[in-house]
This record gives sequence, C-alpha cells and structure tokens, in this order.
Amino acid sequence: MSLPVVRAANSADALSDALNDARSETQAAVSEGASAGARYVDRPHVRRQYWNEPTMGTWERVYLLEVVRGLLVTGGVFLRNLGKWMTGRKGALTTYYPEEKRVDYAQGNRGKHVLTTRADKPGAPQCIACNMCATVCPAKVIEIEAGFDLADVAHPKFAARFEIDYSRCVFCGLCVEACPEDAIRTLPEVPDFPGHDRRRMWLGREELLTWRPTVATGKVYGGDGANVPTHPHPSPPLEGEGASTPRLFDSHTAAPSPPLEGEGAGRTGRHS
Amino acid sequence: MTQDLVIAVMFILYAISVLMGFGTILTWVERKQAALMSDRIGANRAYIRIPGTQVKLVWWGLFHGMADGLKMLVKEDWRPKTYDWYAYAVAPWVAFAPVLLVFAVIPFGGTLVPALLVPPLADWFGDRVYPMQVAQLDAGLLIVFAFGGMTIIGAMLAGWSSSNKFSLLGALRAGSQMISYELVMGLTLLGLILIYGTVNLDEAVRAQSGIVLGVLPAWGIVLQPFAAVLFLTAAIAENKRIPFDLPEAESELIAGFFTEYSGMRMGLFMFAEFIEIAIIGALFATLFLGGYNLPYMNDLGFVFPGGYTLSLPHWAVVLLQLATFLAKVFVLCSFQILIRWTLPRFRYDQVLTFAWKFLFPLALANLIVTAVAVWLLGGLGQ
Repeated sequence: MSLPVVRAANSADALSDALNDARSETQAAVSEGASAGARYVDRPHVRRQYWNEPTMGTWERVYLLEVVRGLLVTGGVFLRNLGKWMTGRKGALTTYYPEEKRVDYAQGNRGKHVLTTRADKPGAPQCIACNMCATVCPAKVIEIEAGFDLADVAHPKFAARFEIDYSRCVFCGLCVEACPEDAIRTLPEVPDFPGHDRRRMWLGREELLTWRPTVATGKVYGGDGANVPTHPHPSPPLEGEGASTPRLFDSHTAAPSPPLEGEGAGRTGRHS
Repeated sequence: MTQDLVIAVMFILYAISVLMGFGTILTWVERKQAALMSDRIGANRAYIRIPGTQVKLVWWGLFHGMADGLKMLVKEDWRPKTYDWYAYAVAPWVAFAPVLLVFAVIPFGGTLVPALLVPPLADWFGDRVYPMQVAQLDAGLLIVFAFGGMTIIGAMLAGWSSSNKFSLLGALRAGSQMISYELVMGLTLLGLILIYGTVNLDEAVRAQSGIVLGVLPAWGIVLQPFAAVLFLTAAIAENKRIPFDLPEAESELIAGFFTEYSGMRMGLFMFAEFIEIAIIGALFATLFLGGYNLPYMNDLGFVFPGGYTLSLPHWAVVLLQLATFLAKVFVLCSFQILIRWTLPRFRYDQVLTFAWKFLFPLALANLIVTAVAVWLLGGLGQ
C-alpha cells in the first residue's frame, strides 16, 4: 500500500478527483488481500459533475426584468440597423452574393482551380495527364484527355482536354496534393457560377490556363535549367507586386462557355 | 335603412381589408424585422417584372408574401387517410373564422357623421350617427372571449381528425395551454371592467380619453400597468407563439396539430396566427392604450391638461382616429415580433406552471387590489 500522491490541484474538482482516486486505490489494495476474485468491490460511486451550478441571482429569478433587458438589447440592434438601412447604408454584414463579391478571402482558401503553365513553353499546361488528380478526386469531377507530342522530348504527354465540373466539386484540394508536377493549384477566389444552367458550370482547359502569376511557377526541365527563362511568361506581371492573385475572369464579359457540345457528353464516357 | 346598410357594408369591407392587409404585411414584417434584429439582410429576392421591360420591382422583398401565397395555392393538396374527413376539412376554418370575427366588436374609430363628412349626401343621411365599429354590441369583451375560445376547437379538431399521434399530442398541448391562458387573460381584464364599468369596447375607449393625476391620459396602461403586462403575456401564449410555441415543436411534434395539413390548408393556420397578432395588437390598443384616440383626444378635438382645447373639423378627427388606430396596432405587432425573436422558449411544464402558479395568482391579486381601490375611490374614471 502506497501513500497516494495528491496531484497539484488548482480547483476543488480536481482535488476531489484526486482524493477519489486515492480512496479507490486504497480499497482495491485492501480487497486484493482478502480475495483475488473480488478485485473490483462495490464502492460509492461519485458521479462526476460536468456542469456549473446555476448562479442565478434575485435579478435573474425575477424573469420579467431580464426580459426587459433582453428586449432592450434586441430592440436597440433592430433600431440601429433600421436606421442604417433607411439612411442608405447596409445594416448587415452579409455579402449580397453574387451581386456583391467579397474581397477578403483568406489566402489559404481553396477556391477556383488553375493550371500552371510551362516555363519553356508559355501557354502550354504543365500537366502531364497522369490522371492522378482525377483518380484521387472524391467527387469524380475531373475529366482529362491526354495528347502526345513526340517532338517535345521533355514533355511528350500533355493534357489535350482538362475539364472540371464545378457543380459537383467539393473543393477538398486533394487534386492539388496529388499532382506530382505542381500543375494544378487553387486560388483564394471562388469560381463565379451562380446561374440556372448546370452545363455552364464546367470549366475547360482554356479557362483554367488563364492564370497569370506574378512569381515563377514553372517546373524547370533539362538538367540545371540554365537555358530556360526563369520568368514564367513573356507578358509583364499584372497589377504590380501587391496583387498576388489577379482576377481570373469577369463573369459578365468573359463567361465561360460550355465545353460540352451534346447533352451529358461528359458523363457518358470516361476518356481512356 | 338603406343608409345603415351602406355604412355597415363599408365598415365590414374596411375591417376585412385591414385584417387581411395586416395578415399579409406581417409575414413580411416578421421576416424583415427578424433579419434586422440579427444583422442580416432578410428576404429580398422575390420581384415583379414590369411586363415588356427588364425593370424588376423588388421593393425590399415585399412580394415575398405574394410568392408564399402563390406557392401554397399551387402546392399538392395532400390529405391523410382519416376517418374524420369532415372534421379534417373544417378545422382550418374553425381556427380561422373566429379570429376574423373578433375584430367585429373592436372600434377602429370614433363617431362617424356622414352628413358632415359628405355634404352632398347630407339630406339623405339626415342626422344619423355611426360608431366606427362593425357590430355595436354591449357585450363586446364577452364576444372577444367567446370567439377567442373557439380557436381551441379548431386546433383540437385538426389534431384529432388527422389520424396522427404527433398531431394529437400537439392538439392536446395546444388545448391545455390555450385554456390555461384564456383564464389568465379574462382575469387580468376584470380589473379594467371594474374601472370602466362596462364591457362595451367603444365605451371603454371613451372612458380613456380623460385625464388622471393632472397630466397623464386616463389610459388603461396608466390605471392598470400590471394587468397590461399580464394581458400581453397571456395573449402571446394564447396565440401559441415563441416563447410559448410548445404545440409546434419541430424536433418533438413536427408541426403539432397541423402536421398533416398541406398547401393552403396549412396556410390558413399560419394566416390565422398572423391575423391574431394584429387582433391582439388591436385589443391591447383598445383596452390599454386609448384605442383610436391620441392622448387627450376625443371626438371633437383635443383637451390638454392645462385646460386648453383644440377643436378639429370632423373629417380631420375621423382620419386622425383611423390612422392612430392603425399605427398603434402596427407598433404593437412589431413589439410582439420583437418578443418572439428575443426570448427562448419554455419547456412545456414551465409553460403551464407559469400560467397556473405565477400569472394566475398575480392576476387574482391585481383584481383584488383593483376592486379595493375602486371601492375606496368610489369609481375612478366613471
């Protein structure tokens, strides 16, 4: 029998827990001596209390007074917001999507997908059509059709078609994690699709390639990479240094065209 | 005789349009006020497009009420297989009609003298005088309680005839709750009846146009502040709204006694609830807030505390009284919505305990104190 070590307790609960433990240890040790079979003897079960004692004072018990206080709070909020609306200001934090758009998406927000472009061949996707993203995608939204260019020794296989069905995408970001070539990324901004037509919710390769990054994203091929340009794109970076994520497209001027010619063409056949 | 008929039809049309208007507007007010109270925008997507143009009238979401009504009308009218199909069909109307009828005895204006209002018809109307009220009944308050009690029958019928356990449980809850609070409501008003000496609502309003204690208007809320709070509480409970919406509990009883109702049948129950908000507002304004009169106002003009009088032409008085009544009812409706979106709901045992062990003794005490005071003062306000 060993003396119980009382743990450093900074509250009465923890202290009583420690004492309970000590008591049970003591009892268990005693009963062990009596008979080995009755190791777990009956002991007064002390239910642990997880909730606070109600601390209502007289003020709260007279329910009506607290009701009046609550009504003053909500009524004050109501009148404040009513005044804001009536004077032409917005009395709510809500963004009135899609007419209004948020500008303060978190940098790590997984929004719209983009395909990075090659450093040695501007405009061509870095994607090697390995289908890893399409395989890992839990919602099966990515459709890739591979193309071959045997003249391009460093990068013979490329994505001839690359389509994402945003009506089913869950924005989990697994495609980005699975990509071995850093070919697909997500931007903080969300894709811009509110509408009445599901077929307009597909984005094709050309739209996904419209990303104009301001830092080099291209993977360097050909050994040390001394003979390839470090800058990803011949055009100057957009919107200066501050804008890390330029807007992809404006929904009103350059709405993405439906990539499908026929009804459900993307669903009927997986491209092998 | 024909003149009486014309006036009566006008009053009835006015009363029905006021009630329907309030019922429709309140569905929108409820949503919008709740949104404003919780820093939201609220309903604002329904619009009416002017034909032939691309101009969309949104008007702060006012058309959502119309959209709701349209949706309820075109919904599938699903009916359960019930043995009491007649009771099932008639229940929404039994809940809805008494609510409308209560308004018949509530005065929405003072005295109307058509000869003064429309001079060309002065000969035809002669010296006829009409109180602006659909039914000039001496038993006004009794009618209110008689019809108010009938809504319980509607709820019970609906729950019983639905062949559904949840409906029946909801109906039982509704029945016991409404009966309990009906009692409290009646008791709180007994003090007022003692003071005014009448149950005629028009006379009650006239009794409130005086002055007490030198400056205060002789409103019911000044004479009986305690009864005003009790009455409003009991009335909200009677209307089965939050914090007393126990008959309708989504997680326990689905929608309570109207679980099995769909489309416009369900809409009737909802509409009855919204109209009852307006009725409660009208009753409260009539009994406690001087009815259709502004403070210090009577049918001839104003009589201010210092002895100053300001007489107004008849048309101005009529318009002012109509507008005052509507404004008071609207503010009271808004206040009820404020309560509904502020307070958490009770548990069911708490609701009944609150009625029988808290409100009921308080109402009795209020009645006794009032009776003694009236006896000592020899009839105040008469």
